[in-house]
Amino acid sequence: MKSVTCKKLCKTYHQGDVEVIGLDHVDLEINEGGFVCLSAPSGGGKTTLLNAIGGLDTPDSGEIRLAGERIDNLGKSELASMRLNKIGFVFQAYNLIPVLTARENIEFVMEIQGVPADEREERSTAILAEVGLEGLGDRRPAQMSGGQQQRVAVARAIVSKPALVLADEPTANLDSHTAEQLMELFVELNEHHGTTFVIATHDQRVMRYAKRVVHMLDGKIVEDERRDAA
Amino acid sequence: MNQFKIVLRLAWRNLWRNHRRTLIMIAAIVIGAWSMIFMTALMRGMVDDMISDGISVLPGHVQIHHPAYRDDPTIANVIAPPAGTLLEALEGPEVVAWATRVRVPAVISSERDTRGVTLVGIEPERERDISFVADDLVEGEFLSSRDDRGLVVGRRLVEKLETGLGKRVVVMSQDQSNEIADRGFRIVGIFESKLAQYEEGFVFAGEATIQELLGVGDQVSEIAILGTDYRNVEPLFGSIDAAAGDGVETLPWNELDTYLGSMLAMMDGFVIVFIVVVFLALSFGLVNTLVMAVFERVREIGLMLALGMTPRSILGQIVTESVLLLIIGLAIGNVAAIATIEPLKGGIDVSIVGEGMEMMGASSVLYPALYLKDIVMANVIVIVLGFFASLSPAWRASKYDPIRAITKV
Repeated sequence: MKSVTCKKLCKTYHQGDVEVIGLDHVDLEINEGGFVCLSAPSGGGKTTLLNAIGGLDTPDSGEIRLAGERIDNLGKSELASMRLNKIGFVFQAYNLIPVLTARENIEFVMEIQGVPADEREERSTAILAEVGLEGLGDRRPAQMSGGQQQRVAVARAIVSKPALVLADEPTANLDSHTAEQLMELFVELNEHHGTTFVIATHDQRVMRYAKRVVHMLDGKIVEDERRDAA
Repeated sequence: MNQFKIVLRLAWRNLWRNHRRTLIMIAAIVIGAWSMIFMTALMRGMVDDMISDGISVLPGHVQIHHPAYRDDPTIANVIAPPAGTLLEALEGPEVVAWATRVRVPAVISSERDTRGVTLVGIEPERERDISFVADDLVEGEFLSSRDDRGLVVGRRLVEKLETGLGKRVVVMSQDQSNEIADRGFRIVGIFESKLAQYEEGFVFAGEATIQELLGVGDQVSEIAILGTDYRNVEPLFGSIDAAAGDGVETLPWNELDTYLGSMLAMMDGFVIVFIVVVFLALSFGLVNTLVMAVFERVREIGLMLALGMTPRSILGQIVTESVLLLIIGLAIGNVAAIATIEPLKGGIDVSIVGEGMEMMGASSVLYPALYLKDIVMANVIVIVLGFFASLSPAWRASKYDPIRAITKV
């Protein structure tokens, strides 16, 4: 079963009078349980592709399917619902809501989904322990280190058990040790929960963990490096 | 509904994110709410005073006349004294007091001068409960009975006629046969009124004396009735009108004295205008606060949208923030206004502008009148307008593109 299917995705941006190609006829299929890195130099199209897959950006043309369901033609509210229920996001920075505690940030998506309070608490307690933040649930983002904040973001992304987690440069602001811990967490979740990961990065340390690395340049896939059957 | 709790929690916490800004805005709303309620209470008090005085001067809350009396207020247009169902209605619980009067145009002459006046024949015992004359007597004594042959005159008229207490004057009018009817009266009492026209234009005598002078038997010009609340005169008017039946004209005070009636209606309109004007001044601060709050949280709003929060919930969050701000400010403002007004209910001395107040028919002591409906109206108007004022920044926030918002520097 395909988790993600992209067909002939095109996206062009305008920066002033200059036309910038974000995606140029991108074809990509990712199996369920895949652990894929999108690698490209800055401006290569990896974040654009990640955003398109996540329904955060609309391609100019082409088709995107998540678990077989077409998403490129959905409206804003339908996309919001799709993101809420099917995808976990980890962004490069500014991942958490500052006025909520770590636990509340983790429970944020579940709360919108309508998960009952006791179940939310049970799941957030478990995930806090899983990401090594036991006892830090009542802290607000400003009271946590960058690494701890990123773990909270990861916990929030996976706590509602989405089929797909999209991460954009998740280690960019982390030191080597913390980055390694985070990637090991991703791998563990991928292997134990079967969660599909698509990570946009140019960090070689991250790519070491991937089952498949898709190299992009100027909005095109230039190499698809498969390390197993992902 | 799933998002309501989290929207409320986010709105509340975001409100206190910038304490200083929030407290300044709350202070502005408190001052606005206080001024709305306090000033409204003062204005209401002044108008209440004017209307109460106006009503106590002569009209009562409801009056019954001959249908032609208002166009031709002479002795030709008189009615029978109350009897039967009307008398029963007048003795009913809705009626605080009532009195009959004979009221005709007349001429009063002293040895020095002559003036045109309105001669009013009254039942002194009943009149005491319904009009100002007995209370405002400053010299001499009030009439003792319907048969009293003395005359009560206003201070200004006494001065114009160059006469005084105990002196005799001649009052002349027309009887029902259109013949001159005149009679000498001794001035037994002098009254003062807030309105010069009453002091100069009205003289009072015993009703039976005037009926005898004009040859109208027991007929009267008007029946004045006082109810419990001039603001809610309709039930009293309805029952009296029904009991009075055809052949007479029954009117409430606001139709008898259209100046006073329009004053009340104008006051209601003025209160709304005043509240809206104060709100408009407030709204600039409110919208500015919200715009700043949204501007500071662009990335956060983008994140919430990216995570699946609906644009409607983002809109709800900003609007809720605005409404919470208003509710806190209004609550404190209401308490402050009530706490200020209560100790002043005994009256505020405004004698420094007493002449101006008297010209408007109000006394030089202002009694603030706090009405629940005014408090409710001020609060509802501010909340409703505040809701609409906050829609613009809220709408803008809900329309953010998640990715552009998250990556905004």
